[in-house]
Amino acid sequence: MEIRGYIGDASPVNNMVIAELRGVSKRFGDVLAASDLNLSIAEGEFLSFLGPSGCGKTTALRILAGFEVPTEGEVLLDGEVVNDLDAHHRPVNMVFQQYALFPHMTVAQNIGYGLRQRRPRLPKAQIAEKVSKALDVVQLSGFDDRKVWEMSGGQQQRVALARAIINEPKLLLLDEPMAALDRKLRKEMQIELQNLQRQLGITFVLVTHDQEEALSMSDRICVMKDGRIVQIGSPQELYDQPNSRYVAGFVGTSNFFDGKVTEQSGALISVLLSNGLSMQGKPVGKVETDQEVCISVRPEQINLSRNTDGLSVIVQNRIFLGEHTEYLVRHETLGEFLVLSPRQSEPDNGPFKAGDTLFASWEASAALVLDNT
Amino acid sequence: MTQRTRNWLLLAPAGTWFLVMLIIPLTVVLIFSFGERAPAGGVVPAFTLEQYANLPARWAAFKNTMTLAPIGTLSALVIAYPLAYFLAVKVDPKWRTILLVLVIVPFWTSILIRSYAWIFLLGGRGIPALLGWFGIEGVRLINTPFAVLVGIIYGYLPLMVFPIYVSLDKLDKKLLEASSDLGAKPWRTFLQITLPLSIPGIATGCMLVFILLMGEYLIPAMLGGGKVFFVGNALVDLFLQSRNWAYGSAVAVTLVVVMLVTVTIYMRLINRLGANRDDVSIM
Ligand SMILES: Nc1ncnc2c1ncn2[C@@H]1O[C@H](COP(=O)(O)OP(=O)(O)OP(=O)(O)O)[C@@H](O)[C@H]1O
Ligand SMILES: [Mg+2]
Repeated sequence: MEIRGYIGDASPVNNMVIAELRGVSKRFGDVLAASDLNLSIAEGEFLSFLGPSGCGKTTALRILAGFEVPTEGEVLLDGEVVNDLDAHHRPVNMVFQQYALFPHMTVAQNIGYGLRQRRPRLPKAQIAEKVSKALDVVQLSGFDDRKVWEMSGGQQQRVALARAIINEPKLLLLDEPMAALDRKLRKEMQIELQNLQRQLGITFVLVTHDQEEALSMSDRICVMKDGRIVQIGSPQELYDQPNSRYVAGFVGTSNFFDGKVTEQSGALISVLLSNGLSMQGKPVGKVETDQEVCISVRPEQINLSRNTDGLSVIVQNRIFLGEHTEYLVRHETLGEFLVLSPRQSEPDNGPFKAGDTLFASWEASAALVLDNT
Repeated sequence: MTQRTRNWLLLAPAGTWFLVMLIIPLTVVLIFSFGERAPAGGVVPAFTLEQYANLPARWAAFKNTMTLAPIGTLSALVIAYPLAYFLAVKVDPKWRTILLVLVIVPFWTSILIRSYAWIFLLGGRGIPALLGWFGIEGVRLINTPFAVLVGIIYGYLPLMVFPIYVSLDKLDKKLLEASSDLGAKPWRTFLQITLPLSIPGIATGCMLVFILLMGEYLIPAMLGGGKVFFVGNALVDLFLQSRNWAYGSAVAVTLVVVMLVTVTIYMRLINRLGANRDDVSIM
């Protein structure tokens, strides 16, 4: 896939902006489902909304689709404000979470539905041709006359996908499209979806609460919490430079140690941990002396050895993961934390075992000092 | 107990009821219909088709029933559908229960009392008097087919509203959004999604109302004033007044046959319309 460079803020670089949210909020009674969303979506990109249940991902998507009118702010499509444009007038299509296929229509009728709504009418032959092409794209050729409820979950999902992409929308919105599929099928669909996006060049906006899914598929991820966007960036950016404990914990796994900033010396910061230890780390963004922070160290950044440098730890548990081995280790004052060791870094005389006393160490620059929220 | 015995036990109460209250009386009526009138009323057993040959004498009752029952059913449908749609799709859910109860409230009073109200409303001092006020003189409403139709629609509306409401309520609202998302204007969404998916409700409602209307006698008796009468009225007359049981039985058997034929044709049509769709097969 072509590699695009994005800076770590709301605006994509290089590409045309196709959709934009400007200070968008949505209130349902007392619930602020979306709060001050600012976001530009570039033509052809694959963007994901990632966040836990109830954080407002679906609401953001429904605002783009035109099913919800924002309480505040502006929604732009192709540079025009479309707040009051009804869903049926928007060049945007959605793949619904439970697919929402029309039960009284065949697979082909479902897929051709969007084309049949066009005015002036498209010739029947043209619709039939496009439907058969769409069926081909989602690998369902020959299923034209099946009833949708005769299809398996995975097949239904492809029908939903075909029904949306046949209209060549400016934006394809996908609300947790893989949630109802089993793990294996989900993996397959993720790859297929990515291929499809590359092949069609349609802008995809995906909602998911599965970080792996977001990380593996997206050009950019928009991490949400309580209706707000916490951080937007490429998967690498979010992983390497999370702007908060929340993002570091949501994107990948990390070990966190709470503390207070004591001293800022050059590129590194000294933090007095709440358990009395002092630790150095690299700040992401600005921090003040005395600020409550946390230090985040990714499990794979930690090195374990039998040599006596670093923190003395005892192995509690070991999980073999193939290329890597995951160790849960325990330090007297820091408590338990995770370490991910690549196989080749393990000693020749076999891997570490539970009960071994080892020494853990990491580069000071790998310890990120983060806002403690 | 085997599964089989258990099934039989489950069916026993309804089965007995069905036998005693439906099959036996129908058989009796069928036998009576071939009999002759006894001088003092009642039946003399015989085997004659005389009663059936006499049916044309009651043609008017059949004609009224066979026109006003379908017209009444369709009118009730036309009025009930928008109401059910409003209740199921448009109304704020917190008002829904109250409004649904309001639809049933009229059922809490006897149809007799409600029909009396209509007698007054449609009678000389009711709506015609009001129209007279505006200079429209000489309108007669009571004892006309129109009055009977009004009574029918009024009385049977809830029976039509509920099945349609249920099917519209069951309808996944996401389908409407999906349709809109795919570019369908609201009325096209209605025609292509809402309406076809509510056919089971429409079918059930129409069937219920139609069958009950075929046997209706109270509303024509009260609002038709003996001028607009149904087969039901003819039956009351034959069995209770003239005590011509044999002839009455023949009329009743004919009504049942007409009803069975109509309903069979109707079900064929509906099933073809909803062919291959599992939710219509409840019919
Ligand atoms: N139509 C509505 N009426 C009232 N509250 C709503 C409505 N839609 C959403 N909400 C509320 O807004 C918040 C955000 O909901 P939303 O569906 O956007 O979350 P989500 O991130 O998609 O969650 P999930 O992962 O569970 O789907 C929730 O608190 C939800 O209860
Ligand atoms: Mg959601």
